[in-house]
This record gives sequence, structure tokens and C-alpha cells, in this order.
Amino acid sequence: METILSITNLNKIYNKYVHAVNNVSLEIHKGNVYGILGPNGSGKSTTLGIVLNVVNKTSGEYSWFGGAVETHEALKKVGAIIERPNFYPYMTAKQNLELVCKIKNIDYSKVQEKLALVGLVEREDSKFSTFSLGMKQRLAIASALLNDPEILILDEPTNGLDPQGIHQIRDIIRLIASQGTTILLASHLLDEVEKVCSHVLVLQKGKILYSGTVDGMTANEGYFELQSDDNETLKTVMSSHPAIEKVVFEEGKVLVYLKSPLEASALNRFLFEKNIFLNHLVKRKTSLEDQFLELTKNK
Amino acid sequence: MKRLLSIELQKIWLSKSSRILTISYFFLLSFIALIASIKFNIGSFQLHIAEQGIFNFPYIWHFNTYIAAILKFFLAIVIVSMMSNEYSYGTLKQNLIDGMSKQEFVLSKFLTVVVFAFASTIFVFIMSLILGYSFSSYTEFSIVFSDLEYLLAYFIKLVGFFSLCLFLGILVKKSAFAIGFLFVWNILESIVKGILSFKVFPEGKSAENILQFFPLESMSNLIVEPFSRLSVVKNIQTAIGGAGNGKDYDVHLTSLLIVLAWTVIFMLMSYKLLKKRDL
Repeated sequence: METILSITNLNKIYNKYVHAVNNVSLEIHKGNVYGILGPNGSGKSTTLGIVLNVVNKTSGEYSWFGGAVETHEALKKVGAIIERPNFYPYMTAKQNLELVCKIKNIDYSKVQEKLALVGLVEREDSKFSTFSLGMKQRLAIASALLNDPEILILDEPTNGLDPQGIHQIRDIIRLIASQGTTILLASHLLDEVEKVCSHVLVLQKGKILYSGTVDGMTANEGYFELQSDDNETLKTVMSSHPAIEKVVFEEGKVLVYLKSPLEASALNRFLFEKNIFLNHLVKRKTSLEDQFLELTKNK
Repeated sequence: MKRLLSIELQKIWLSKSSRILTISYFFLLSFIALIASIKFNIGSFQLHIAEQGIFNFPYIWHFNTYIAAILKFFLAIVIVSMMSNEYSYGTLKQNLIDGMSKQEFVLSKFLTVVVFAFASTIFVFIMSLILGYSFSSYTEFSIVFSDLEYLLAYFIKLVGFFSLCLFLGILVKKSAFAIGFLFVWNILESIVKGILSFKVFPEGKSAENILQFFPLESMSNLIVEPFSRLSVVKNIQTAIGGAGNGKDYDVHLTSLLIVLAWTVIFMLMSYKLLKKRDL
């Protein structure tokens, strides 16, 4: 698989004692959608800032497209939006995009197409300063897509938007992802990452806690929610089953966590043989949110 | 290079305030011609400035470049704000993310500075030529095109001064503070100048020798004030009983080199600063 970005042992220390990025390594391969998860201040933006040439690294290496070109040349093939949309307020949407074309050294032919993609054609001659936050963010996406980039980097793209705005941005991201563009999405919104990403990187205090596929992160064995007329007996019986890790009571239900695979039908038959009849049986997968909270707990 | 310039000029030209300031700068430059119409009435004696030889070739090169250089503050505001705005809009960050290198960024600003200085020089050249041919007592080719080093000095002076503005814009990040800083710098240089010439080295030329290396002082040394060179003023001086002031009005190579050196220093420091900073 073609590597787009590789980061090895990256470190960033602000003011000699704030260790914002701590020994982060990762590889971005073509065609995947990556999510970087982490609470606020976990080093997501700093990591992106370093590879985007706006923050200086303290140590470690990173290379774009196998390291064949200099960072600023590589960035011409990258589309990136960082935190908030930055444009010249006195220029119109179109003029701003044309300026980006000049910087990326491409002609203006894509300007109209990208404005149409984000639904800003009718506002192309309005000044940027007159735009709402949602429109500004969409213009930023249009700008990032101008050169049909190999990879699109989005840092908190839905921050501060209203529900419609969030929905529009997500639709655009999904559309772009479906066209095979590699995407790197930093966010603290878990459902956002779960909905669009195939791979995930969990950061906390600058350290990587998890790196792999989203499925891999949520694909532990899951748990059962059970209820019967006699929950006490149910609990004792369940604890004796070899596939069970632990059994807990919660809100009148018995939650059964597994350590090895167990089908709902097998569990049902097992309890039936023990003369226990269930009122309620649901098998649930651990959500990304649960996993994330589990990972970042007590660290 | 053309790409960098077109990026920068778009940024300046589309901004209304920068555009208005730039236009009024060139508009005001052309007002030097108005000096031609100044007339004094001292009792029955009428003094017509244009007839006192200020528009005589080659003196006009000296006079006009000196006057024109005073107006450089208008462009200084444009240049300081074109730099500090990049910080306040966050567009410096965005430009770098879009694939501009920090070197290109500084270079594009510097090229704009050179273009502004060059345009001013051409403007002053043409205007002086027209004024000169209208009022000068001498219009022989060899006289008209002598002393053109004042134009070179003017050009270098502007490039040096604008580079300083650019550096302050990057250093301070806010246009109002950067311009304030420029004034503070100016005052500090004057204070040091005063201390050096009246307290530390009251005699001899040591103070002057040290002062010529100060950035603003070196820029003002490029073109010495032209007024005391005017024949009217000289006549008055002799009438009062002074024996001429023996002042040296020429453009010196050393002052050109000092200002060029400062230009290089300011641009390198701007680049280093940009490189070191986390945005």
C-alpha cells in the first residue's frame, strides 16, 4: 500500500516543560480514512501543525510521500483545514480561492467546480467577512480540495457549527471519502470518527494509547444485557460460565461481559438448561465511546 | 518570482485601505510639483520659489528625492499592515499550509517592497524631469542627467526603510504597535545620538562615525538635506557673515553599503523569526 505520510518518534516540547507530542509514530496509507481521537489539549493539533510546516518539531522525523520532495512542495498536494477557516476577509470567496490557486501553482479551472461542491456558487462574489461560520468552513473545504489533493486533513471541522452545518460538513466528508481520497480527521467527537473513519489513533497527553482499525478497537467480545424474575440466581449461574469475564448489576439488569465469543442462542440454551427463563436478552457491542473512555481512564 | 509578486499584489490591491493609501501616496508625490506655485510676499519683494533655482538641474534630483522620501510613511503603513494582517487573519498559517515555504513568504513580501520602492523612484524621476524641463535654467543633456546617484540613494533608502517596517511587522505582529515601535526606535536613536555627540564624544568626528551605522541614521544620511545648498539660503548665510558651512551633500558609497547591509540583516532576521516561531 502506498504510504502518504509517515511519522516516527515525533516529539514536541513547548517552553521546555509542556510535552505536547510524546513519541508519536504513525503511517498514513492511501485510500483509508483516519481519525485522531483525543480530549482537548491531547496534542492532535500540534501533531498536525508539525507535519503541516507551521509548528517546529523538537525531535523525531516525518516524511510526505516517501520523502521524495520538500515539505512545502508536498503540501501543494495536500488539502488541510486547521481549527478555524483563515481567509482574507476583504476578498470574495472566488478571489480567496484564486489566491490559493496561485500559491499552489495551479490554474483557476477548479474554482467553480469546488464552489459548486460545497454549495457556495451563488455567494462566490460575496466578501468572506460576510459569511456565516458554516459557510466559512465550507469555503475552507473547497479551498482544501482545489488541487484534488492526495490527502485531506481536517482538524475539528465541525467545531462551533449548528446541527445543519455539522450535517452538511459530514455529508461533504463522506462524499469525498467515497471518491477514494485519503482523509485524516482530528476530532474529539467520537460519533463523528465512528461514522466516517476506518482507522483510528487515540491520543492522550501527547501519547498514543491506541492505533489501528475502528473495528479492531470496538471488536472485543461485547456484552449481554439480561433480565429474569430472579436476577440473583441469574447472576450466580452466569458467573459459573467459562466464557464470562464478569457479571454486574446495573439499573435492574444483569450485564454480562465476555472474554471469549458466545452467541446469544448458546447463552439462552445454557440458561434454559439451568432452568432460568429470561425476560430480556440483548447482545451489545462496546461503542467507540465506551472504549475511548476505558482507554483514557486513570491515565 | 512573478508568481510570488502576483500573490502579494493581489493581497494588497484587493484591500480597500491599502489601495487608498497607495493611491494617495502617489497622488501626494505629484504634489511636489505644487511647490512651483508657492509665492511669498515680503513687503514689496516677491519671492517665487520656482525661480529660486530649486528646479534647476541637477539640483532638482537632490531636492525632489529628499522631499519625496518624507512621504514614505504612507507606504510604511501599507507594508506594516500587509505583514501584521497575515498574523491577525491567520492567513500566514494558511499560506504555509497551502504549500508556500517560509522563504517564499518572506521573499514575496520583500519583492513587493522592492517594487514599491522602484515605482516611487520611477515616479520621482519622471516628475522631476517634467518639472526640471519646465523651470530649469539649464537643459543641456549632460547637466540634466548628472547627479542621478540621488535617485539610486532614494531607491536604496526606501528599500531599507520598508525592510525595517516589514521586520517590525513580523516582530510585533500588530500594525499599530509596529508603527509605534518605529517611533520609539526613532526617539531612542535620537537620544543615543544626543548622548554620543554632546556627552561622550563632544569633540572630533567619533560620534558621527559611530552613528552612521545606526539603521535610521544611516538611511537619513543617504540624502542630506538640500535646503542649505540653495543659493538664496547661501546668500543669506554670507550676508549674515557665515563663511559657508562646508557641508558635504554628495551620496556616499559607504552610506549606500551600510543601508544595504541593514536591508539584508532585516530580511534575514525576518526569515529566522518566522522559521523559529510556532504558529
